[in-house]
Amino acid sequence: MSNIDLSVNIGSLKLKNPVLLASGTVGYGNEISQLTDISKLGGIVTKSLSLKPRKGNPPQRIVETPSGMLNAIGLANVGVEVFIKEKIPFLKELNTTLICNIAASSIEEYVECVKILTHEETIQAFEINVSCPNVREGGLIFGNDLASVGRITEQVRTVTSKPIIIKLSPNVPKISDFAAIVKKEGGDAVSAINTLVGASFDIYSKRPKIKNITGGLSGPAIKPVAIAKVLEIKRNVDIPIIGIGGIMNWKDAAEFMIAGASAIQVGTANFINPNTGNEIVEGLSSYCDLQKIHRISELIGSFQI
Amino acid sequence: MLIEKSTILEKAQLGEKIFQIILHSPLIAKNAKPGQFCNIKVSDSSFPLLRRPFSLNNVDGETISFLFDIHGEGTKILSEKNIGDILDILGPLGNGFNTEGDYSTAIIVAGGLGAAPFPYLTNELNEKDVISIVGARSKNLVITKDLKNTFTATDDGSLGFKGNVVELLTDYIEKNSLSNFRIFACGPNPMLKALQKLSIEKNYDCQLSIECAMACGFGICQGCPVETSDGEGYKLVCKDGPVFEAKEIKL
Repeated sequence: MSNIDLSVNIGSLKLKNPVLLASGTVGYGNEISQLTDISKLGGIVTKSLSLKPRKGNPPQRIVETPSGMLNAIGLANVGVEVFIKEKIPFLKELNTTLICNIAASSIEEYVECVKILTHEETIQAFEINVSCPNVREGGLIFGNDLASVGRITEQVRTVTSKPIIIKLSPNVPKISDFAAIVKKEGGDAVSAINTLVGASFDIYSKRPKIKNITGGLSGPAIKPVAIAKVLEIKRNVDIPIIGIGGIMNWKDAAEFMIAGASAIQVGTANFINPNTGNEIVEGLSSYCDLQKIHRISELIGSFQI
Repeated sequence: MLIEKSTILEKAQLGEKIFQIILHSPLIAKNAKPGQFCNIKVSDSSFPLLRRPFSLNNVDGETISFLFDIHGEGTKILSEKNIGDILDILGPLGNGFNTEGDYSTAIIVAGGLGAAPFPYLTNELNEKDVISIVGARSKNLVITKDLKNTFTATDDGSLGFKGNVVELLTDYIEKNSLSNFRIFACGPNPMLKALQKLSIEKNYDCQLSIECAMACGFGICQGCPVETSDGEGYKLVCKDGPVFEAKEIKL
């Protein structure tokens, strides 16, 4: 098993294996590290940060749906200043690749956050969240608009030399157009997909089950949608893709890589089995062994259509 | 906090839809304290997807127990488990009750299934006087198993005091001129709200264990917020709770 090269490259970012934990499902690493060995993973993506702290949406924030869940957390986070002061010291000790996710309400705020954080050595790359469906300003207003996504990529590029990954929304007619503009404006990779907009009602009270009315759908329910989006990007744009959406085990991870993902992120599964990421690393390794794949990167986009 | 595969040793049906299960779970048992909870995976498939949170009903040596009623798919599946079945349990989670302090009487106030965490608390409070005020809508829903010095209230008067537990509590404190006590409460939200109002007005020392839908149960999903009483922000029921001082939060 040990002779298989599990490393992958996301542009200039080298990961020891393709398994990342998704933003918003690992906090800032401290809780989940009590339940799984983060150092064995490809890396983690921290909870979306904004310049100032955000308290998030009022309850009810989550509801379970068939093979999935809706969430409208509202980007609750500690803000850049507290993150640097209180979270970075712990993250530094984790011995894993740290990707910092940024969410903002204006292009200026994205730029300001990255400008400050790029000086933190511990942060190896940025994932720019232009696709949060649960906040009034920013989020999907940017994520659904090609020109905005292009402009954010271009502007953030001016303030950091670290890899920039743009996290794309699936709630658009043609996701590959967004990947193309990210590439054109100097982005290094895309993450696909963020959650799908969904809603759920209580049939007796006739009220939405989530206070925000709509939320982001995640979990196994969205996996086929995510695979289709990854494939669409892979077939149309030459840019590294980080596949996300309902990955629960190594088979799901392999499927994403075959469809074109260079790496994958585990999200909702962390809530149920916090050790999923490491189980996927082991599962992928055995799979490669049995399939006589020496470098896992051979798997990327290896679909036969 | 850890994940332990735990075998069901005993299962009892306490009411039409109320069950108790006892499991062999030495690591969780060793690390737990009253008022904490566990997040249980009730199925091996992705339906239902999420774990289900249950307060620790009791801990005895290497065993832990849970009390639950069937109110959805998750609890229905759990009720169908048998002795010998293995459950994937994440716990112990959250902060339990704060039992420190020089109060002499512990008053437990429980509504319906809210009685679940109190056998464990009662066992740990062996140096205090413990009074249990337990209520429900009707006689068959009152749970008093493993509680001490119980006084019951039912909405329909079918058992004990006719009325709710907060009325019975007020009555009890007045009649017995009780002072130097601490209230530990768990139950439906309207009950907790009424109790919170009373304890703030009367300046009672009161801890509330609150319930909330959760995904992870340990602070990473941010899905279970409760607003702080100053309105400045949220605490997480799973990580900061599930037990809060009555004056600390808005219900």
